[in-house]
Amino acid sequence: MEYEPVIGLEVHAQLLTQSKIFCNCSTRFGEEPNTLTCPVCTGSPGSLPVLNKKVVEYTLRAALATHCRIAPYSLFARKNYFYPDLPKGYQISQYELPLTVDGYIDIQIDSQKKRIGLIRIHMEEDAGKLIHDLSSEQGSHSYVDFNRTGVPLIEIVSAPDIRSPEEASAYLRKLRAILMFLDICDGNMEEGSFRCDANISLRPTGQKTFGVKTEIKNINSFRNVQRALDFEILRQTALLDQGEEVLQETRLWDAGKGVTISMRGKEEAHDYRYFPDPDLVSLLIDPPWIEEIRTNLPELPDAKKERFIREYGIPEYDAEILTTSKSLSNYYESCLGHYPKPKIVSNWIMSELLRELKKDEREIEECPVPALHLSEMLKLIDEGIISGKIAKSVFEEMYQSGKRALEIVREKGLVQVSDSAEIERIVGEVLSAHPDKVEAYRKGKEKLFGFFVGQVMKASQGKANPQMVNELLKKKLSSY
Amino acid sequence: MKKGNSYTIKVLRLVFSSGAQMELYQLSAHKLHEMLVNKEINSREVTESVLKRIEQVEDRIHAFITLTPELAMQQAALADAHIQKGNAGPLTGIPLAIKDLICTRGVRTTCGSHILENFIPAYDATVIEKLKEAGAVIVGKANMDEFAMGSSTENSFFGPTRNPWDMERIPGGSSGGSAAAVAADECIVSLGSDTGGSIRQPASCCGVVGVKPTYGRVSRYGLVAFSSSLDQIGPFSKDVKDAALLLQAICGHDFRDSTSANVPVPDFTKALADNIRGMVLGIPKECFREGLDPEVESAFREAIRTLEKLGAKTVETSLPHSEYALAVYYIIAPAEASSNLARYDGVKYGFRAKGSFDLMEMYKETRSQGFGAEVKRRIMLGTYALSAGYYEAYYRKAAEVRTLVRQDFEKAFAKCDVLLTPTAPTPAFKLGEKVDDPLQMYLSDIFTIPCNLAGLPGLSIPCGFSKQGLPIGLQILANHFQEEKMLDAAYAYEQNTEHHLRKPAL
Repeated sequence: MEYEPVIGLEVHAQLLTQSKIFCNCSTRFGEEPNTLTCPVCTGSPGSLPVLNKKVVEYTLRAALATHCRIAPYSLFARKNYFYPDLPKGYQISQYELPLTVDGYIDIQIDSQKKRIGLIRIHMEEDAGKLIHDLSSEQGSHSYVDFNRTGVPLIEIVSAPDIRSPEEASAYLRKLRAILMFLDICDGNMEEGSFRCDANISLRPTGQKTFGVKTEIKNINSFRNVQRALDFEILRQTALLDQGEEVLQETRLWDAGKGVTISMRGKEEAHDYRYFPDPDLVSLLIDPPWIEEIRTNLPELPDAKKERFIREYGIPEYDAEILTTSKSLSNYYESCLGHYPKPKIVSNWIMSELLRELKKDEREIEECPVPALHLSEMLKLIDEGIISGKIAKSVFEEMYQSGKRALEIVREKGLVQVSDSAEIERIVGEVLSAHPDKVEAYRKGKEKLFGFFVGQVMKASQGKANPQMVNELLKKKLSSY
Repeated sequence: MKKGNSYTIKVLRLVFSSGAQMELYQLSAHKLHEMLVNKEINSREVTESVLKRIEQVEDRIHAFITLTPELAMQQAALADAHIQKGNAGPLTGIPLAIKDLICTRGVRTTCGSHILENFIPAYDATVIEKLKEAGAVIVGKANMDEFAMGSSTENSFFGPTRNPWDMERIPGGSSGGSAAAVAADECIVSLGSDTGGSIRQPASCCGVVGVKPTYGRVSRYGLVAFSSSLDQIGPFSKDVKDAALLLQAICGHDFRDSTSANVPVPDFTKALADNIRGMVLGIPKECFREGLDPEVESAFREAIRTLEKLGAKTVETSLPHSEYALAVYYIIAPAEASSNLARYDGVKYGFRAKGSFDLMEMYKETRSQGFGAEVKRRIMLGTYALSAGYYEAYYRKAAEVRTLVRQDFEKAFAKCDVLLTPTAPTPAFKLGEKVDDPLQMYLSDIFTIPCNLAGLPGLSIPCGFSKQGLPIGLQILANHFQEEKMLDAAYAYEQNTEHHLRKPAL
């Protein structure tokens, strides 16, 4: 039978505030364990939480950028469960009345726009980190690092509007881009500042009601989101095809083995006993504050894309790619500042630059070729110093060595040969080396022209000015 | 007190005009302040007197879990330096006791529990910071029912406190140690906490003044939480003026407590005018209920007559939902407690059961061994009330009825200045009398609980004695942030009666 996947995603994004959500400890990453702690974030008896205003501001930014409705009145709730990384025995989160609800994000899928609904965005505190040491002689030990405890998170819950792993991936990329454009999250999936859980069920195509869903946890990259969902679709399809039931359960993605593993069933699901946190007062949002934040929102991916099309006259496809991240769009516009030919720059970024980055699994932030250097190289082509073809190898060299284009061109003697006497000499040599082909050409086999061009370029090690080669070849061949 | 501490205890005897000999430890804070600033005595002498008194009676009373004589003498010396410079506030150099769930940096804070038996806080509660700034002298951490759950101080892991008026009887609870310490002159004033009557009921049992401020008046930062939406720190004292002075010292907005109210703090001593002519006293008809001890009832009616004679008017009022208050309280307080006490899991500090095979066993054993029976009972009650499928019927319903209780008070205070009730339905009962009957124990707080649910201020003041010589308390409640009115009424009553002058024979 044909099944349609129904997918909803829950994203936890770490906010880029200086201090934690309920105390003034720093949120820095990678410090010595338990150095960024205080009585509040370690749950010392008698300590009390006080809400960081910046967390609310950042959440409001996310809400406004995703067309959410902002609740005039919201509450913090306690999510109760025992775990050693949770010092209070409960996590302060939002439950019944979250700060923002009912938004959406538009994604591009097969050059079609699709709208994915957002159910809610709420604020919560992160837990600590457990470090397991299995090497000890007395048996294994576990250590707790509370540096991350109380780091602010927002949880963004999508509606079950996603219908394929590709859409899921597109949604995540778009959401991540928006949060990064807003400067409220660094989007780093490896360090866990952007984490994703997926809910997925299947239903026979055409059916309106949802099937039984599973929740997949521990997905830590875009690629793994797709892989995990692909696997889960196969697994659930096989079950349904055999007439078996999908169990409502939480499953763990094992990236190494490429499978999901059952973690706990519905019966073992936690009862978190949510209730309003009596240590925190209800949150009332001042409408003028919302307007102030709205006014100061930066240009977001969709708006930027529209502007790129309008202002630079590049195709929608190019604009879509160039606005997938704030850094990439900044890189693009920075190049245009030095070299104002939008389509040429866009071509180079999309083909050469992104290919190299992808090969190294690098982000644009880690690109060894600054925008200025790429622009300089493009100018060398325009000035006829190097050919477009040579430029590609020059670029690769720039990417590898970090050197500037002119330096490479000089070192390797890659300057284009535009000396007509020199080119004429090579043309002459090529033609006299292939008298039979010259004969054939003159008898009408004009396809051979390309062969002669190739031979000349080869003989010149690619440095001959292609336009001049064309002209001189034509002249010589017709004079035979 | 640790044996072998060699203070030179100089016991100063004061001869009053009446000819009666008074010890320093018997005096009020305001009297001692007068003598301190007049340089008749110094704080070291006062503190030594109190420490000496503790040596004499503590074995019998057991008001303290931890004594801090060295700290007290250091603070007394510091206070004397301030007094010398002329920087003495009303509490400078005054020895006091702190209920053992208020965090004191470097001094263990047990909450009366095995699970925190050796817990030493890394910080001072806001009220402790304020008291230290005021130059107060801390003589020790007072005994209490474990995590403030109880009405008799019998639920302390460290053993019960005894009532100074009758060693066979309970001092009330949960702040029984703080109340008994004041009654037995083991400190001049003390701090307790009140979640459902834990200051007022022991004040009543021990014949001292106890004040529960408006919710939000005093910072809860550093008060180990039992039920966060109900807990409030407040003073115990030998008279109303001292209560006002200690309250003054601990009140005020605190940015570290989100539930602390940003409202001006009046000068409470100014309210003590001994003139209540025209004040309207509301008498809720529900307080003459079944289970009210006849001696308590007659002392209560006598107190009303006394206040009427002083020019106050009485009106009958009604708090129709107060009959549900106890039920509401025993949903909300355990629910919050079940969450507040989750942090005592053996992972970070306090007691951890040894020899566990895995994490789950460690949690179970630590909490089974670390908590006493009443605490476990309430954790289970609260966990149940918050569970999926029961939340709506229990927690949410209780929260709704709580609003009705609050509205009852709003209506009542529309036509009166303060409300009067007995503080407790009976005088202090015997040790062991109710330990096996939690519901009977819970009824001890029947008159005090509604005030916590509504967040109102309330106090208890001695208003008589039973034939057996046990103190009886009068409860005075006021509207939110109107502590002045109840202090005013209490002061007028006190100035025109002599119950507060009686001392237990020890």
